[in-house]
Amino acid sequence: MKLVELATTIRSKNAGVDHITFDVICRDRRNFERVRDSGVLNKAAVARLFGVEESRVTDFVVFEPANAIKFTIRRLKPSGGMGETDLFGSQQYAPLFDLDIP
Amino acid sequence: MSVKTVRIITPTGHLGTTPLEKASFERGCTMSPDFIVADSGSADIGPYPLGADRAASDEVWQRHDIEAMLVAARRLGIPLILGSASDTGTDRGVDQYVRLVRDITRQHGLAPFHLAAIYSEIPVDEIRRRLRAGATIRGLNGRPDADAATLDRTDRIVAVMGTEPIRDALKAGVDVVIAGRSSDCAIFAAPLLEAGHSLADAFFCGKAMECASFCGEPFMGKETILGRVDVTGVYLTALHPNQRCTPASVASHAMYERLNPFREYVPGGYLDMSKCSYEQIDPKTTRVTGQTFVTSETTWIKLEGSGKVAERALFICGIRDPYTIAHLDHAIGWAKSKLTERFGPIGERYHVFYHVYGRDAVMGAMEPTPARAPQEVGIVVEVTCDDAARAETIAHIAGKNLFYARLPDVKGTAGTAAIMSDEVLHARPAYEWTLNHAIEVADPRELFRTRFEDIQP
Repeated sequence: MKLVELATTIRSKNAGVDHITFDVICRDRRNFERVRDSGVLNKAAVARLFGVEESRVTDFVVFEPANAIKFTIRRLKPSGGMGETDLFGSQQYAPLFDLDIP
Repeated sequence: MSVKTVRIITPTGHLGTTPLEKASFERGCTMSPDFIVADSGSADIGPYPLGADRAASDEVWQRHDIEAMLVAARRLGIPLILGSASDTGTDRGVDQYVRLVRDITRQHGLAPFHLAAIYSEIPVDEIRRRLRAGATIRGLNGRPDADAATLDRTDRIVAVMGTEPIRDALKAGVDVVIAGRSSDCAIFAAPLLEAGHSLADAFFCGKAMECASFCGEPFMGKETILGRVDVTGVYLTALHPNQRCTPASVASHAMYERLNPFREYVPGGYLDMSKCSYEQIDPKTTRVTGQTFVTSETTWIKLEGSGKVAERALFICGIRDPYTIAHLDHAIGWAKSKLTERFGPIGERYHVFYHVYGRDAVMGAMEPTPARAPQEVGIVVEVTCDDAARAETIAHIAGKNLFYARLPDVKGTAGTAAIMSDEVLHARPAYEWTLNHAIEVADPRELFRTRFEDIQP
């Protein structure tokens, strides 16, 4: 199945001025476990998907209380400078939708 | 030891952006609150408001929210605490909110009361002096430490206060606190600590409530949340009839807008949420227990700084010709070559960015999906340069050269772009976040100044 069919929330947002953080949250515990145990979402996979060096994926955590997987990507430049494309970092999550979760 | 149960209501996660919803706020006012608290700032709005010292919110909505909260607080006889006044928490923001409080008091004929205005703006020279005296201005989250050059690029700095200056004001018996830049959770934690609650419960309650109804489900903004803290834990209740605080909604808010969902750093230590347990108490209320607070040996205060980089101008156009869209990089490359010819290399004395909406304007280099031939694209050309008039001159040519793009097989030889309005748009100057740092202090109050005022109708 696609990740978009298993997760109830897939979002991105600034975490401070130098990072964008991504949350994948499943309302259904079994869906969460399926995503978590598939191993499809991990630091290396995230780096590949967004075309960034793995060192820019600064945090990757499974957050059990919220049935959530959370990771954070360091921006190349702080938010809101010249050439900015997404001030709030709120529209960077769409490529996660189509990940195949076995 | 018995510790008083404290109830706090908060109607908005960012006072002033859009108006608070009155029905759930009024319901909150009937639930015997001890405090009304709201955060009014964010770094999400970018470096411009701090650097240029201008509000991001409209004063109409700021006044609307302050009026609702001030009138209710005075009627109930409970303190009102507003943090990060007017988006940035600069002295301008604090003074503006105090002015609005005076106006609203007069307009409603409220009985006299005491106010504390807590200022958090720090002159760049003061941080320069501390740097020369040997202080470390530590970069946060992977930033290098700041040096003299970093400060030279900085126009304005605010320090982010913890609970101490707010607790001092409450101890002095004020009815209204208007705080400059403040840690979001500290404005909630301050009254809870004054009542004798633990650091862990006080900061967790603040962390959960700082964005108001974002900690409930379904997703709603600007609805009131009730937080209650007693010796058995932190209780969060959604007050909109169709919203609930659930273990999932409260836990997922705990991870919102943060690098890491387990820790929240504040002056003097961090809140550890890794052992939290969340429990549904009634249909609209979740109880949280198990949070701890780890005290640090030293106290570091966060500094936010912004500096002007350049003037900015914009030009907008669109392209519909499928051949031009397929060869867009070539067209943009040609337009850039004409700029280089006339104004010198891009990136030296000026910058130009072609934001191609319909292709990759939103994600830029992080966009993994190859563009499917879009039916049309919209292009915003952004030019930055030291001189505003020159930025406009360059932006005009940078945009108009898409109209004259030279492509070998183009059919439309009467203009290769659609121009919405043949004008350059003057844009706000570009600023950058120069400081996202912390400085060690001997006393968590030393960077903040409090002024007391008796407000008369």
